[in-house]
Amino acid sequence: MTVNPPPQTALHPRKVNDMPDLLIELFSEEIPARMQGKAAEDLKKRITDGLVDAGLTYAGAAAFSTPRRLTLALEGLLAESPTVREERKGPKVGAPEKAIEGFLRGAGLTMDQLEERDTPKGAVYFATIEKPGRPAAEIIAEVLEATIRNFPWPKSMRWGAGALRWVRPLHSILCILTNEAGEAEVVDLDIDGIKSGNTTEGHRFMGSGRFAVTSFDDYAVKLKRDHVVLDPAERADAIWQDATNQAFASGLEVVEDQGLLREVAGLVEWPVVLMGAIDEEFLELPAEVLQTSMKEHQKFFSVKNPKTGRIEKFITVANRETKDQGATILAGNQKVLSARLADAKFFWTNDLRVAKSGMEAWTDQLSNVTFHNKLGTQAARIDRITALSRDIAPVLGVDADLAEQAARVAKADLSSEMVYEFPELQGLMGRYYAEAAGLPSDVAAACEEHYSPLGPSDDVPTAPVSATVALADKIDTLTGFWAIDEKPTGSKDPYALRRAALGVIRLVLENGVRASLVEVFGKGYEGADAADLLSFFHDRLKVYLKDEGLRHDVIDACLSMPGNDDLTLLVKRARALGAFLKTDDGENLLQGYKRANNILTQAEDKDGVEYSFGADVKFAETDEEKALFAALDQAAAAIAPAMQGEDFEAAMSAMAALRAPIDAFFEGVQVNSDNEIVRRNRLNLLSRIRQICGGVADLTRVEG
Amino acid sequence: MTETISKPRSFQEIILRLQNYWAGKGCAVMQPYDMEVGAGTFHPATTLRSLGSRPWAAAYVQPSRRPTDGRYGENPNRLQHYYQYQVLIKPSPPNLQELYLGSLAAIGIDMDMHDIRFVEDDWESPTLGAWGLGWEVWCDGMEVSQFTYFQQVGGHDCTPVSGELTYGLERLAMYILGVDHVMDMPFNDPDGTIALSYGDVFKQTEEEYARWNFDVANTDVLLKQFEEAEAECEKILAQEHMDPKTGKRIIMAHPAYDQCIKASHLFNLLDARGVISVTERQAYIGRVRALAKQCADAFVLTTAGGYDATAEAGA
Repeated sequence: MTVNPPPQTALHPRKVNDMPDLLIELFSEEIPARMQGKAAEDLKKRITDGLVDAGLTYAGAAAFSTPRRLTLALEGLLAESPTVREERKGPKVGAPEKAIEGFLRGAGLTMDQLEERDTPKGAVYFATIEKPGRPAAEIIAEVLEATIRNFPWPKSMRWGAGALRWVRPLHSILCILTNEAGEAEVVDLDIDGIKSGNTTEGHRFMGSGRFAVTSFDDYAVKLKRDHVVLDPAERADAIWQDATNQAFASGLEVVEDQGLLREVAGLVEWPVVLMGAIDEEFLELPAEVLQTSMKEHQKFFSVKNPKTGRIEKFITVANRETKDQGATILAGNQKVLSARLADAKFFWTNDLRVAKSGMEAWTDQLSNVTFHNKLGTQAARIDRITALSRDIAPVLGVDADLAEQAARVAKADLSSEMVYEFPELQGLMGRYYAEAAGLPSDVAAACEEHYSPLGPSDDVPTAPVSATVALADKIDTLTGFWAIDEKPTGSKDPYALRRAALGVIRLVLENGVRASLVEVFGKGYEGADAADLLSFFHDRLKVYLKDEGLRHDVIDACLSMPGNDDLTLLVKRARALGAFLKTDDGENLLQGYKRANNILTQAEDKDGVEYSFGADVKFAETDEEKALFAALDQAAAAIAPAMQGEDFEAAMSAMAALRAPIDAFFEGVQVNSDNEIVRRNRLNLLSRIRQICGGVADLTRVEG
Repeated sequence: MTETISKPRSFQEIILRLQNYWAGKGCAVMQPYDMEVGAGTFHPATTLRSLGSRPWAAAYVQPSRRPTDGRYGENPNRLQHYYQYQVLIKPSPPNLQELYLGSLAAIGIDMDMHDIRFVEDDWESPTLGAWGLGWEVWCDGMEVSQFTYFQQVGGHDCTPVSGELTYGLERLAMYILGVDHVMDMPFNDPDGTIALSYGDVFKQTEEEYARWNFDVANTDVLLKQFEEAEAECEKILAQEHMDPKTGKRIIMAHPAYDQCIKASHLFNLLDARGVISVTERQAYIGRVRALAKQCADAFVLTTAGGYDATAEAGA
């Protein structure tokens, strides 16, 4: 009779519905807003991973955070980890005593607990090790302690005379298991004197002191009663709802900022949204200045008048209700904002004065500022960028004097007070100040746009003056760092040179710039290894084109062609080739080409000669041979002018016409004829294939 | 916070209340350090006393100078000379936040009407080789204090950890007194026979120093003084611990640290004159930090720094 092993639950009978819920709260001094979301997730992951590893499964988990607490709620936890049985095979019966002793030690058993079993190899000892299940509380205490001690805070600290680390001082640990009858039991633990319990507290100012809780629901309800909204998403929603409603009621709209919303939701336990007006005297400041100042310093949302585009009001989120409905708080915030904006206005006014007097004070100041100790001052850098801009200008159809004027002032705002205070406004302030100085609009635009593109998704300047200065700036940087041998290595790229090279690539391609990069490098910082820098560009180009689906081998096939430092031409060729190779004709032609090339290479190796010219149709014996002659003549006639006109599509389609004759040739003709003249003539014919196709791209580089 | 506390009426009353409050909480109320410093942290009662194992509790006003912040007394709340109120307690007590909030109540901030927030602000002083974690404390969106748990000073781990509170007195007082421009703030009793405003006391000096800081200070002299302070600091620390005259072990951590403070202020002046480039800046900061570290190294070898002479003798 065979008996199935009994289910595990039957081994340890207990109440069927005994699946407790777990509630953990780590209550501390204020946790930085930017860390709260990840910390809640880390708490969930570390606790649940630890419990599951120890055999405690659960039905559901949710984590929350407020400025003062991380909370984890687990539902339907096993009350006990299951008993685990493990069978181990030991030494043979009669084995040396030492071997048996060692086995017993490893298994943690005594001799009388071993079992002898007959096996084909004789009698052998077997041990059955039973790891009994452990109560949930015991496991939770261990896992929670390990989690707290090893928590992955981006930055943690010690406090008082203790050695425990947490993001800020940790004050209390709430840890309870609630059974389905609603009875709560504290999971005991003590971490450096902080004992777990069943109590917490609500809002710092609106709460009513410490209170005990019996379950997650009880906890959430009592927190709300004591003015804490536990769920950050609920706080963010409430803030956004209320903010947009208040703005809407005044015919205004809140400038959306998800990052700010998340941050603000992490600064309050009980959000109260207040809208206030910006003092009239500051409304003349550029919108970006208002927005940046309000966001960076005060964590205010900007409120815009959709009709004028002007920012007229602000939204602040307080952490409490007051008897006067926030009037005092709002007045205080307004006053702080006015002081901040007075500063911004001070900068703006001073800066405008310098701008209107020609910005010389700024450009002069840049000669005191070092760009890099081996590459000189910012002023020297600007001189180089200016000269380079003049050189590049004709390529983009820009007047050299205009390019020079733009390059000269493009970085002047680095000396301005506003940019000193808000570095993120560099460029933008440059535009405003150039406009104020009465400079041409192309020049003002270049001040802002010449930093672009900063990333792969950033817009590329298309205004010719902006593109000219942007190119000159980046090429000066690249040739400069190449000249002093500070190239990127591995993951280290402290001067963002990869980004600069990608910027040049995108500027060139998206503006259809036609220029030899090597020539341009020659006009950049002296002493850069142009060939090495070009190959760096080619590597960046491959990465860039990979994203649009162009294979690296297709690019390689084009890189070995002349003019490979003209990126526009190079990419045009690569795109045409890539498209061609995706067609049936392209695929087959490639095979035909490779076959021809292989036969030729072998014959050349064997004969020690190069078959490169002299194929004559008069030695052609078969129709297929003759047809190929004719097709090659035709293709050559079509490809030459197409290549001349850089019409790669036309060249490729002329190549495509070769596919059928080449296939037919290999089908019907044996190259290695006994007649040496015929053989040589055929090899020379094959070399025409190599030569004609090779003029379009180096197909030997293409894989497959 | 049901008790209602009367509102202070002048700048000095706020200072007096803070003095009384922290004296009542067991701090030694100390006097300002008699040197030019950029912040209250530079006072040896904070910098040096946060080092070593001996408990410490001090509170004091510290006049502070930030030459680059000069606005000729015109900006409503930027000054090149201003006051900080500084509290340092080692080890940091578990109720430091509550103690701090109590001090706000003591100077007339009604917690029921205002929005007090602890906003992340990790403090770092590259010149002191010091850092800590904490917050800037906001009252209705205004930063009223800096609250820091010191983790490292002068390159030394702080064990135990000190809790440091720094109040920007002018801004805080303006807020409490409801004044929009710092120069309009009552300095003493506004109903007294000789009522003085902050402007009566400081408007002229702000102008004078702003002009000197920005345009007149002789940079050659400043540079030379910087070099001298640096050399003197190192010379002091290079002395034998044993004083040949008294036969006592006297490590001159404080006199050396004075030179470090001097160098730091001279650097700030040079910075305001705009003669320090970005790369040089780092080098200067590094030089001051090197001095601060050496002073910290010296201080922890002194009795106040936790040095135990008997343990040394036994070893």
